[in-house]
Amino acid sequence: MKRRKMDLAEAPKTFAKGVDDRFQAATPLRGLLNKVFPDHWSFLLGEIALFSFIVLLLTGVFLTLFFDPSMKEVQYDGDYLALRGTWMSAAYESSLNLSFEVRGGLFMRQMHHWAALLFMASIVVHMARIFFTGAFRKPREVNWVIGILLFLLGFFAGFTGYSLPDDGLSGTGLRIASAIMLTLPVIGTWLSASIFGGEFPGELIIGRFYIAHVLLIPGILLALIAVHLGLIFKQKHTQWPGPMRTNENVVGERMFPRYAMKQGGFFMAVFGVIALLAGLFQINPIWLFGPYRAAEVSSASQPDWYVMFMDGLVRLMPNWQIYIGNYSIPPMFWPAVVGLGALFTLPMAYPWLEARKLKDKRTHHLLQRPRDNPERVGIGMMAFTFFMVATLSGANDVIADKFHISLNAMTWAGRIGLLLLPPLAYYISVRICLGLQQHDREVLAHGVETGIIKRLPNGQFVEVHQPLGPVDEHGHPIPLEYAGWVVPKKMNRLGALAPAVKGFFYPVEKPAEAPVSPAVEAIKREEIKSGR
Amino acid sequence: MTAEHHAGGAGAKPVDVRDPHLTRFDIVKEGLRRDDIEIVTYESQFHGQNSKAEKRVVRNIALLFLISGAATLAFLGFYIWWPWEFELGHTLSDYYTPILGISLGIGLLALGFAILAWAKKLLPHELSIQQRHGDPSSDSDRLIAGQTIIYMADELGVQRRPLLKGAIALGMAPLGLAAAAPLVGGLIENPHKGEHPMMYTTGFHPSHNDGKPVRLTREDGSPIRPEDVSTGGQMTVFPGIPHGATNQHADSPTLLIHLRSDDATVTRAAADADPRNRGSMWGDYVAYSKICTHAGCPASLYEQQTNRLLCPCHQSQFLITDNAQPIFGPATRRLPMLPLTVDAEGFFVAASDFKDTVGPDFWERP
Ligand code: HEM
Ligand code: FES
Repeated sequence: MKRRKMDLAEAPKTFAKGVDDRFQAATPLRGLLNKVFPDHWSFLLGEIALFSFIVLLLTGVFLTLFFDPSMKEVQYDGDYLALRGTWMSAAYESSLNLSFEVRGGLFMRQMHHWAALLFMASIVVHMARIFFTGAFRKPREVNWVIGILLFLLGFFAGFTGYSLPDDGLSGTGLRIASAIMLTLPVIGTWLSASIFGGEFPGELIIGRFYIAHVLLIPGILLALIAVHLGLIFKQKHTQWPGPMRTNENVVGERMFPRYAMKQGGFFMAVFGVIALLAGLFQINPIWLFGPYRAAEVSSASQPDWYVMFMDGLVRLMPNWQIYIGNYSIPPMFWPAVVGLGALFTLPMAYPWLEARKLKDKRTHHLLQRPRDNPERVGIGMMAFTFFMVATLSGANDVIADKFHISLNAMTWAGRIGLLLLPPLAYYISVRICLGLQQHDREVLAHGVETGIIKRLPNGQFVEVHQPLGPVDEHGHPIPLEYAGWVVPKKMNRLGALAPAVKGFFYPVEKPAEAPVSPAVEAIKREEIKSGR
Repeated sequence: MTAEHHAGGAGAKPVDVRDPHLTRFDIVKEGLRRDDIEIVTYESQFHGQNSKAEKRVVRNIALLFLISGAATLAFLGFYIWWPWEFELGHTLSDYYTPILGISLGIGLLALGFAILAWAKKLLPHELSIQQRHGDPSSDSDRLIAGQTIIYMADELGVQRRPLLKGAIALGMAPLGLAAAAPLVGGLIENPHKGEHPMMYTTGFHPSHNDGKPVRLTREDGSPIRPEDVSTGGQMTVFPGIPHGATNQHADSPTLLIHLRSDDATVTRAAADADPRNRGSMWGDYVAYSKICTHAGCPASLYEQQTNRLLCPCHQSQFLITDNAQPIFGPATRRLPMLPLTVDAEGFFVAASDFKDTVGPDFWERP
């Protein structure tokens, strides 16, 4: 009895020893447990995408258990009375059954759809973070390219998924996809006929999209996500400049236990938000759209938000057809094929283009504040404005209807806006960045405005400034060098005021340590280049 | 635990981890040293052990875990016992999905916040610095790797043995093609095959009806007499053939319009001035393909006052009284007109198939 107890206590040790004998796990495990991660809220955006993807995998597998990817015509005889007796595809019927006759099926469908929307949204915001902070610079160019591929694949995952239920909206989307293929010079008709297995819509497309949606695309996504995370691990995360932070180190906390726990907690929170959205907000009520019929469409038929910009570009494109002898190129070719292609390939080249322009061959592990590279911010805002105008134009009939504007006016506003607003956004954002830079330099040179007005003996009024660093013999601050990080601009950032709000948890949260970096001089800092 | 300053890291000296006098934390620090990590601060968030503040945090976290458990149990209960089968009208089953979402959402959120609070509020605050060591491989290693690859390529001797070069190409290329062949060969479809290529014919082609003209029918297959469409009215019609109203003939839906007589006069003048549409109207009736020439949505919104057809997908507008020419939006091509006539029994028939190609435009359209 006693001996067995002894053995039990020794069991973990024996087991661990056995594992290490076979896999030599202890040394790499030590490295993993000790790995240091920098922390900042903006580093969580990519995590939201990862967690939504996991939710997509979980809910998607559930849906496959009930979904029938067949276009065979059947007569509906299910619980939803309004459609009883209607002829529809088996795919649509099984989606209806998922919604009405599978316990919790509607909840799962809505979770899947909301997770897809969140997945795409967080990828876009994450990409914006990477872009505006220069996190794509050497050595992380490859991860930037992978990120864009992930967006592209997500786009197609969403489109194929949206097509599966074979309801009125998804059929309309497929119809347009077929028309886009048709616009390709020379091979258009062949491509469409081959993909649809004959004339649109044929009887194969749902089955083909199904295998792409549940196997091919998620498989490639999974592989790319693995490489993406592996590279982050290998190259270590970037960090903001700040006290003690250099281009050669990582300042933060070790991965275990605190960092890993925070990730786990955050995953549960994202999962919970998706569950709440799925329960409370109806999404894609396919039973209202009816089965796809070539003769029927409702106005205000909108794709998911991440496809809307495409729809908008197609709406705004003027009807310019190019004729070459007996042949022609329809206008939709430009926005839908050339435009989409450019949208996905040009950003891939951006890291190299920027490095070449700045003649910058160095390795960067410190992030840049957006204001320190005004041109990049300008380009980013230009792209963002373009995307916004295109997306809003994808809903221009809804806007026209809601605000009683003429549709034609909306179209023209979109056309003009698409050309005029992006350069304007470029100009404005570059000016704002330069202004912010200027203000940082002013505060570093003269100190923080205190709001205290002093009257000099000669009657002049001046504002008292609190110097941030040492002063010279006249009491004037010695100008400080800009360190690429937040310059405190309010007195309470210097600890002059107590925090006003008490935390829900005790102890009261300490005010964020005033992140003044100039004081740390001894440390080698990456030279910060400020655009202009 | 109180503040530990500058534990481990580059400056620290190696220790013998078997030394019985070492604390566990000393061993952890030795691990950090080996991974080139320096702990700058590592301090408890509370003053002293079991402080009041700490107990309060622990209570709050425990509460969150309990809320999570209760909400998740509630989810299970609702999942099992709440009436879920769909019924018409307002019933409890309408709330099945929301109640699942709320209970599961609260359960997961509370669990997430509990873990987050535990990590953020209970665990010691730490600031560590790890050196990156992102240096590239040494020059000599680069040289060795490069030379090894070249050496191996040399060993293969493809450069020296040109016969092999050609033989590899000729021997292996067919295999690559063989791999691609079933994929390409199986998928490829000739859009122009057959006597009546699919791109250029619709369900109204007489070949679908043993060579006889095809009737215009409603969705249920019933034929249409002129008096079935009131003046100023319109009707979506399909080819009167088996499956004519299904997606097998997705290019065939047609809009039959009974124009007011003044509009009809204008429309007929325009049609007769056009070589393809000449004589295609029947009386005051005109029929246009409903499939938008832009991207194939049904151009189905008929504005009676302005005689325009609006496509809801990208807002192309077609003028009915002028051969359905596009007058706004991205479409470049008019909607094809279906030549109308009436058969011996007084039902509408298509005198022939559409004379223009129906649907979205493409490269080789005649
Ligand atoms: C990366 C990610 C994915 C995205 C963006 C995505 C997106 C979508 C969308 C938007 C729908 C339409 C949902 C609706 O009916 O309202 C859908 C349907 C579906 N998805 Fe996914 N999905 C993804 C991954 C997966 C995976 C991994 C699976 C399975 C292994 C899956 C299985 C399904 C099935 C079976 C349907 C049809 C269910 C139905 O509508 O009745 N999906 N998907
Ligand atoms: S499909 Fe009709 S306007 Fe685009």
